[in-house]
Amino acid sequence: MPPVLQGLVTIAVGVFGCVAYFWVSNWLLDRVILPARGPNIARNIAWASLVRPWLFLFPAIFVLGLYLAWPVLGSFIRSLYNRAGTEFIGFGNYADLLAEPGFRTAVFNNMLWLLVVPAAATGFGLMAAQLTDRLRWGNLAKSMIFMPMAISFVGASLIWKFVYHNTADIGLINAVRAGLGAERAIDVVQIPFWNNFFLMVILIWIQTGFAMVILSAALRGIPEETIEAAILDGAGPFRLFFQVKVPQIMGTIVVVWTTITILALKVFDIVYTMTGGNFGTHILPSYMMTFMFRDDGRATAVAFVIMLLVTPVMIWNIRQARRELR
Amino acid sequence: MDTIAGKKSGLTIAVNLTVAALVLIWLIPTIGLLVSSFRDRDQISATGWWLAPLPVELTFRIRPAGDGAREEGGLHVLEGNVFAQPETARRFPEGRGEVTGFGVRARLPAEFAPGTEAELPRGGAVAIDADGAFRITQDEAFGPRGPTLYFEARTPPRFTLENYRTVLLADGMGRAFINTLTVTIPATVIPILIAAFAAYALAWMDFVGRGVLIAAVVGLLVVPLQLALVPLLSLHQQVGIGQSFLGIWLAHTGFGMPLAIYLLRNYMVGLPRDIIESARVDGATDFQIFTRIILPLSFPALAAFAIFQFLWVWNDLLVAKVFLPSATDTRVMTVTIADDLLGSRGGDWEILAAAAFVSIAVPLVVFFTLQRYLVRGLLAGSVK
Repeated sequence: MPPVLQGLVTIAVGVFGCVAYFWVSNWLLDRVILPARGPNIARNIAWASLVRPWLFLFPAIFVLGLYLAWPVLGSFIRSLYNRAGTEFIGFGNYADLLAEPGFRTAVFNNMLWLLVVPAAATGFGLMAAQLTDRLRWGNLAKSMIFMPMAISFVGASLIWKFVYHNTADIGLINAVRAGLGAERAIDVVQIPFWNNFFLMVILIWIQTGFAMVILSAALRGIPEETIEAAILDGAGPFRLFFQVKVPQIMGTIVVVWTTITILALKVFDIVYTMTGGNFGTHILPSYMMTFMFRDDGRATAVAFVIMLLVTPVMIWNIRQARRELR
Repeated sequence: MDTIAGKKSGLTIAVNLTVAALVLIWLIPTIGLLVSSFRDRDQISATGWWLAPLPVELTFRIRPAGDGAREEGGLHVLEGNVFAQPETARRFPEGRGEVTGFGVRARLPAEFAPGTEAELPRGGAVAIDADGAFRITQDEAFGPRGPTLYFEARTPPRFTLENYRTVLLADGMGRAFINTLTVTIPATVIPILIAAFAAYALAWMDFVGRGVLIAAVVGLLVVPLQLALVPLLSLHQQVGIGQSFLGIWLAHTGFGMPLAIYLLRNYMVGLPRDIIESARVDGATDFQIFTRIILPLSFPALAAFAIFQFLWVWNDLLVAKVFLPSATDTRVMTVTIADDLLGSRGGDWEILAAAAFVSIAVPLVVFFTLQRYLVRGLLAGSVK
């Protein structure tokens, strides 16, 4: 069966299966197992409303548990075994990683990404949100800055290859340099240390639109009175922005910042496409992929290190969510 | 804000200019890709895409046939036009053009100005005019082919769809496009229904453990996919799914689930309580409330998630690399570009540009037509 047909069948089976599951399980509950009639009607209705949420939740919990919750544990356990998965070696994989210069480079670079990308994307996003706020063509401008969100990391990397290429006839950077009188073309993705920043630019380019959209909504949500009061008190546009508006949207800025931080820990596509991790540009997700299919023990160990780095944000998010629920 | 008119206009101009610069910086790389994807192969490596509308000077190498030679005053003479040679026929179908320089060595293809005469390295001389007419004179008779000549000519800017044809037919992007579509659609449709029921339960049903479950969903939102790769792949292999389309659909369904539940629950919680309460009073069951009231009212949130999931699955490289077989006929576009084209076609910029554009065209269309829902979804997911 060709995959396209298989896809259509899957949609049909999937959608029909879901509908059937929900409908049949409800029907069984209400008519057969705990019918809302007969001598035990009150007890049956009470029981049914206790069971029903779990009927609704079951498929989601099953999928979440199997595809996200269990793998956290599964990965950790696997990381304690050797390459073939036959022998328990404790934290041997982690010890090996620590001894490897490649791993240390990846951790160091990842830290750079975590510092630079969220800061730059949020900063540019905030700037774009504020500047486009009262502009007549603001919506068009926002649309254009938001557009890279739709482009894949691979596509974005290719787009930037045309900017970074090491000849002045294809690469925009070298063309500008040549225009300014530089004699030799350079390959920016091969300059040690700084090449990391050129790769980060790609993710910043993609994420700025995301930050802008959310921060722009937050700016619009600021109560008019506070702004009017500040203007009446003689605040200039810069003071108005930094001392009146920014403090009021600090909560949203933090949310945007952490969301992009999480992303910067997970994106392997850019490094993979641009340099393949060469020239000292590996970050943890791309470093992990060098072990994938070859040494599952190491691969899961790297993955678990990423998990550890994400954990503080995860705990913070959960606490925020619980506070809102109350 | 319009109190001090004079002061304001200066600031307004500055703001306009800054935003214009920002938009330009953001757009230029993508425009470069788009322009390059339509350019001719030789022209791409000769001038930058920003010069695409201008004529390009390309160098050519010809070896005119020697059979038209004649003898003139003891010398052998070969005359003709450089634009009428088989080597240049593709580029100059009309047989006319403008020579901007010529040479006799590969190293210096435009050493001499048109109209002058140059010595040939093996004896004799050649002159090429600006209109392409050449005249070679030498002592010995010409063989079947004359000496090798080089010249540089101005070629008009040439835009073509050939790159797209090559990419789609010869480089497997056509197949990959269909594969991407095959992966994306079920992986977008299936999670929606599962998540919608769960979101309703978490939003409007009372039960013990609801708070814990919501917290768990929020926590799972940030779990890195990297963790899931190895355990799930071995699980898939154990139950016989292996690396297959079914496997990737299941994987994407799982990975998209936290965001789906989170977005939909946030939206459903905000629906007016009165409607739901009065439906309950009228004797509607939860199942009826969900299908008749909640689901239709939640359309914006469903659309937002669908767009998110669509873009995410379409653009994904990691999950496709791990959960699909790496054979050519099951590759999706991102994998084809990253693993195949960048290796085998690394220097063919027109091919890479066209391939990239094929892969980003559908997301861009989705993005520009459904941007409203996407923005609404982003806001529902983050500002709460």
